[in-house]
Amino acid sequence: MVPTSYYLILSAILFSIGVAAFLIKRNIITVFMSIELMLNAVNLTFVAFANHWHQVSGQIFVFFVMVVAAAEAAVGLAIIIAIFRTRNTLNVDEIDLMKL
Amino acid sequence: MIGSLHLWLIPLVPFAGFLVNGLIGRKLPKAFATAVALIATLIPFLHVVKIWFQFPSLTVPYVENLGTWIWTGSFHADFALQLDQLTMIMLLVVTGVGFLIHIYSVGYMAHEEGYWRFFAYLNLFMFFMLTLVLSENFLLMFVGWEGVGLASYLLIGFYFLRDSAAKAGIKAFVVNRIGDFGFLIALFLLIAHFGTLSYSGVFSQIAQHPELQGGVLTAIALFLLLGATGKSAQIPLYVWLPDAMEGPTPVSALIHAATMVTAGVYMVSRTHIIFDRSPFALSMVAIIGAATCFFAATIGIVQTDIKRVLAYSTVSQLGYMFLACGVAAYSSAIFHLVTHAFFKALLFLAAGSVIHSLGGEQDMRVMGGLRKKIPITFWTMTAAVFAICGFPPFAGFFSKDDILYRAFISGSLGKVLWFVGWVTAGLTSFYMFRLWYLTFLGESRAESHELAEHGAAVHARSDSKLVIETEHPHSVHESPWVMLGPLVVLAILATIGGFLGVPAAMGGHDEIGHFLDPVLGSGAHAPGGESTGLELGLSASAVLIGLVGLLVVHILYKVKPELPQKLATQFHALYALLLNKYWVDQIYGTLIVTPLLLISRYLLKGLIDRGVIDGAGFAAGATAQGFGAIVQRVQSGNIRSYAGWLALGAAVLLIVSYFGFTAHF
Repeated sequence: MVPTSYYLILSAILFSIGVAAFLIKRNIITVFMSIELMLNAVNLTFVAFANHWHQVSGQIFVFFVMVVAAAEAAVGLAIIIAIFRTRNTLNVDEIDLMKL
Repeated sequence: MIGSLHLWLIPLVPFAGFLVNGLIGRKLPKAFATAVALIATLIPFLHVVKIWFQFPSLTVPYVENLGTWIWTGSFHADFALQLDQLTMIMLLVVTGVGFLIHIYSVGYMAHEEGYWRFFAYLNLFMFFMLTLVLSENFLLMFVGWEGVGLASYLLIGFYFLRDSAAKAGIKAFVVNRIGDFGFLIALFLLIAHFGTLSYSGVFSQIAQHPELQGGVLTAIALFLLLGATGKSAQIPLYVWLPDAMEGPTPVSALIHAATMVTAGVYMVSRTHIIFDRSPFALSMVAIIGAATCFFAATIGIVQTDIKRVLAYSTVSQLGYMFLACGVAAYSSAIFHLVTHAFFKALLFLAAGSVIHSLGGEQDMRVMGGLRKKIPITFWTMTAAVFAICGFPPFAGFFSKDDILYRAFISGSLGKVLWFVGWVTAGLTSFYMFRLWYLTFLGESRAESHELAEHGAAVHARSDSKLVIETEHPHSVHESPWVMLGPLVVLAILATIGGFLGVPAAMGGHDEIGHFLDPVLGSGAHAPGGESTGLELGLSASAVLIGLVGLLVVHILYKVKPELPQKLATQFHALYALLLNKYWVDQIYGTLIVTPLLLISRYLLKGLIDRGVIDGAGFAAGATAQGFGAIVQRVQSGNIRSYAGWLALGAAVLLIVSYFGFTAHF
């Protein structure tokens, strides 16, 4: 039996990598992927606690997060394509105006 | 007992006239505007006459409560109207003389721009004046008091395109505000002390406390007196009235001679219960009255503008009324108020007729010889001159002698007051007959006028009529009957008006005095008996000094017409002093107006307004702007910097919660 704290430590490491990538990377696709990484780190925490407390609500939350993440990926990728078409770049530092 | 008297009709009908003429008068045909204005004053007059006939069967004071106005906490004020003997007399004078002057104005103002505006203001004045005399509490009286000041301002500045008229209007308003300030303080003191402003409430509380003497009542009386000196043009606030002659002449007659300026006398008489409890305030009233009476008369004797002479004469006659109030002879004051309303309105209207006939000329030095050319004006004016000089049997004789007699028998101060009044009677006779001689007798001096105008003649300050009528050649003509009619009626009243109050010493019954007794108290009505001889003697002496005045005028302006000029050069300093009205305007200007303007300009505007108030506003703006300039750097639009801030915030939260941030809460 693996202790719950292992899962949590792994989750924290994954989340920190996500945050670091989000802050450091300039490519918008990579930034997007780091968001997914943070979401999945949180998912891991949810299932770890669900297992620890023997309650099912944590697992249900994970399904919610997956659905939202799928929707977000669909919308987000569409926006990225639109931005690339107009600006010919995926560098977030160059996309700092709220207009096309 | 009769049903409701509908007192509310009396002020509100003129107000309706004001609304009609004021709102749509510009578009109405002239005849219609005239009809509205005249009917709006005729109805109240007829109503007042009707009430006069019902008066003996009324229980007075008759109070008509039209509803609550202010009701807050323990304080309560109503829209309440009251009718008693004093109000009755004031109503008759205001509506009667007011109606006559409205008729006269139809002729006088016939060729003026803004005809409808004039009548609208005149009706507005009637509304406020009638509110003032009909009110049952100090607060409603104050509304009327302020309102007549407003109407006066509007009418003085009627020719507002002329700078001097606009300034005179402002001067009248500002000087009146000083008096109104005193009135307001008196109202606050009344509320603080008695908790009510209704006449019956205040007066009954005073009556219940006979020990209440002086003290707060003196303060109230003195502040009321300050208000009265403003409205009734007494020292120290009389300066606005002579300048008020910039208004059209009917306005001078109605507002600045017959009705509004007597509001102060009415107010002192109405509140005499307060004044009676304060001998100091009462003697102040008498001293101010006597001083004003003499002071204004001395200025009047050298003025050359016909309306200015009458203006100073009004100030002087109002001084007589205050003198009477000051010796607690309130009914004598009201009696003089009534006769004065007749003869002074007549004097002004006749002067207006003279000015009209001369096409706008107001300088007496270029008049003369008008007796034959405008005979009706001449004869009515003569009646008025005899009335104001106090020759029997004209109106002024009885009322003025009544005042002088009451002053004489009122103690040691009274003798001095009587002497001042007596000398002033001589001066009055002098300046009135001077006006009469210069205007009507002798030869016309109109030709020399042409020469004088090339010189330093700056007196052609006259109504805009001058401008209109000089366009076509103007010959001296008698005024139309619409103007002469009111003159004749007023001349009859000025002749016989005195028989309202023939004193017992002359075989009369002093009807007006006894009529007013229930309101004004009968303290001063000493039974005839031993004082009959004294009263007759005083009357004789007053007539005598009047005759002396007439004689001096006759010598100076008829027998030796070169003498006035000689006297003026010989007593140059005195002449200059009088001609320049004792430099009171200049003194006020230097001591009060200039410092106030300097304080306003440099301290209040420069330092307080620009420095403190504007400064605080600008400082607040600059602070917000500077802070915004700093924090706007945060909103760069760069996603990664937002993420960095977010991460930083999360990290701070984590650290704080880890090191027991919550433990402190």
